[in-house]
Amino acid sequence: MKRSFDVLVIGAGPAGIAAALRAAECQRSVGLVDDNPSPGGQIWRGGVAHPNGGAPWLELLSRSSVTPLYGTRVLDQPAPGLLLAEAGETLVELRYQKLVLATGAREMFLPFPGWTLPNVMGAGGLQALVKSGLPIAGKRVVVAGSGPLLLAVAATLRGYGAEIVGVCEQASWRNLATFATRLGWRKLGQAVRLKRELVGVPFYTDCWPLSAAGHGKVERVLVSHRGSPREWACDYLACGFHLVPNTELAALLGCQLENGFVKTDRCQQTSVADVFCAGEPTGIGGVELALLQGQIAGLCAGGDQSGVVELVAQQRAMRPFAARLAKAFALRPELTALATPETLVCRCEDVTLARLRECNSWREGKLYTRCGMGPCQGRVCGPATQFILGWQPESVRPPVFPARVESLLAAASNAEVNTEPNAAMNAATNPYKNPGERS
Amino acid sequence: MNRTFDVAIAGGGIVGAACAAECARAGMSVALVERELVGSGATAAGMGHIVVMDDSAAQFALTRFSQRLWHEMSAEFPSEVEFEPTGTIWVAADDDEMAEVRRKHEYYAARGVRTEILDQHSLREAEPNLRLGLAGGLLAPEDAVVYPPCAALYFWKRARDAGATLISGTVAKLEAGNLQLAEGTVIAAGVTVNAAGAWASELTAGVKIRKRKGHLLITDRYPEFVRHQLVELGYLKSAHSVTSDSVAFNVQPRRTGQLLIGSSRQYDNESKNIDHDILQRMLERACAFMPGIGPLSSIRAWTGFRAATPDKLPLIGPWPESPGLFLATGHEGLGITTSLATARLLVDQIAGRPSEIAIQPYLPSRSFTESHV
Repeated sequence: MKRSFDVLVIGAGPAGIAAALRAAECQRSVGLVDDNPSPGGQIWRGGVAHPNGGAPWLELLSRSSVTPLYGTRVLDQPAPGLLLAEAGETLVELRYQKLVLATGAREMFLPFPGWTLPNVMGAGGLQALVKSGLPIAGKRVVVAGSGPLLLAVAATLRGYGAEIVGVCEQASWRNLATFATRLGWRKLGQAVRLKRELVGVPFYTDCWPLSAAGHGKVERVLVSHRGSPREWACDYLACGFHLVPNTELAALLGCQLENGFVKTDRCQQTSVADVFCAGEPTGIGGVELALLQGQIAGLCAGGDQSGVVELVAQQRAMRPFAARLAKAFALRPELTALATPETLVCRCEDVTLARLRECNSWREGKLYTRCGMGPCQGRVCGPATQFILGWQPESVRPPVFPARVESLLAAASNAEVNTEPNAAMNAATNPYKNPGERS
Repeated sequence: MNRTFDVAIAGGGIVGAACAAECARAGMSVALVERELVGSGATAAGMGHIVVMDDSAAQFALTRFSQRLWHEMSAEFPSEVEFEPTGTIWVAADDDEMAEVRRKHEYYAARGVRTEILDQHSLREAEPNLRLGLAGGLLAPEDAVVYPPCAALYFWKRARDAGATLISGTVAKLEAGNLQLAEGTVIAAGVTVNAAGAWASELTAGVKIRKRKGHLLITDRYPEFVRHQLVELGYLKSAHSVTSDSVAFNVQPRRTGQLLIGSSRQYDNESKNIDHDILQRMLERACAFMPGIGPLSSIRAWTGFRAATPDKLPLIGPWPESPGLFLATGHEGLGITTSLATARLLVDQIAGRPSEIAIQPYLPSRSFTESHV
């Protein structure tokens, strides 16, 4: 399948939706791609009414001229102005004049003894599973890690009947208090609403998981709280140590990164001509900032910059919030010592911390231990080794996400030939389930 | 800080590392100079196939000798070297290629290499995921696969344990008697060795090496999907084609259950980027032989550069224009296989001792005739 757009937006979270809508208002043909089957991103997806105001945007989107391309995952850029994507088993070639990357962020995971046990999950991952039907009523859940998402996850899980044993925030009470007192009224209002949903849920600061244990699945969690160990029985441990930006596609396209984030100018344009970036990949800043940046990117990509100045000013005003967010939830150094020598850091390739400690760089770790070379393509262990060992990630190789071999078959730069998947090849059956299907 | 060694080797790929180990174990003081990490260049980019080949008598002699050395050493390998005696199956698509199977079988048998002719049925039994209608194949059970970066690292550790020194740096100048690093350090050595792979001609002007780009793709884990290293016999046509870009069906099972899918060959393309046209051709070729590959999940594609000589044989021995400077490069697609034999032949020449196989075909002083196939 071939599609061509004036403006192509990758990622249908807040930033991407805002970009798509603004670009469409500029009378441009706009395509909005997301690998999930529905728009909204991690934050607005899943049917639960969300305090951050997703509904009006989603409503606008449904009435707009934006072409939805959901359930579609971008894999590669075979030639400038052309992206290759998979929609299920269908190959999609996406041509564009302007591209907006709004690829969002993912949760950061830190390895600790027992983190690979079944039912130890990403906080956002468990939230998504519960929203899509995993029964959680009556289950005891410990939510641990860092960042505002922990509370949102706890609220969702509680809404579905889970018993939240505790929410463990590694940040100090002092950091959080400083952050909270400087929140604007609107944000404070959101926090209060969230707080109301969480009445009776124990919230611990200066608290983080030390280890998880159990037979065949997690049964208890040992945490450190204000320097003292505590053990809790639980059925699930939901972990997330704040967010890591999804910069892989930007890196593949050659966009310059700075301190791990995509570098943009005031129009959200990256170092690559005609490629814009908005939202978390440019800096973890939350929904409001993402919406502003998305709108700026959409207008600039759409070619109507009349309203941009005002938006840029608003965006500037929000920057201190992003900086305070980063400071409040900065990971404490004690967390670098959670993993023991025997702890697996790379789950795909079963690489322990002890083996990685023999290496001096991400490249060396990859080369001699295969760390990061499995199906997660380093998305989990890359940020972990960056935090624990101070390693810097290196270049991204295609495909950006694991892709069917036959999808890459059609990745010719001459897009006029062999664009349809070969019927004979599709007919070939594969008796092997893909063990790499991990969320 | 300037230092003096008996031998200074430029290039810490698997060939340089093997040479360092062999020299150090022969009692020489050795410096191995590597600009990045041991085994991180073509060594890391390649498949790691230990294979006997018979494009020429000289190629057969070198690959056979080296295969024996791999087997002799295999008992010592740590598990991360992933030495797996999978064997190779040379896949014959049609009757013409079956004739080649029989020729190859006889050639190998006459030289003491055991192989087994597979008919259509036994090929299918051996590799059920190959497409129907292939004519047969030749199983070479003594061939093996390894994980090359860890093999190179192991060779380097042997060198280190025998007293060798690893020097991190880029070689700016290499001549008889000394090796100069980009940051200025001069390493004096009785013998210098150019083991810089595809970059050898940049260090030693006049060395007939061209970069020959290759692509590989790795899949997720599919244990038992492929059991042997599989190479189409048409590979010979591909590897021999000196002029044009070519692809061949070449699939390797890793210990992890992952599949490495190759191969491509291109001259005059020195970009590290994926060439999507040839990647497509390569994968089409793979799917043509093994249709079940199409739906498998691929994780990563990458490129590397083989060091190709005009006659498909490596350059092992003194550089005639500069006595004291030796070459150990030009291994094209056989650097992993022939690394150990190369090291042996190099040290024999440095030490002035006889070799187990005739060295003349690999001497840099030979006159080159372009391969004719």
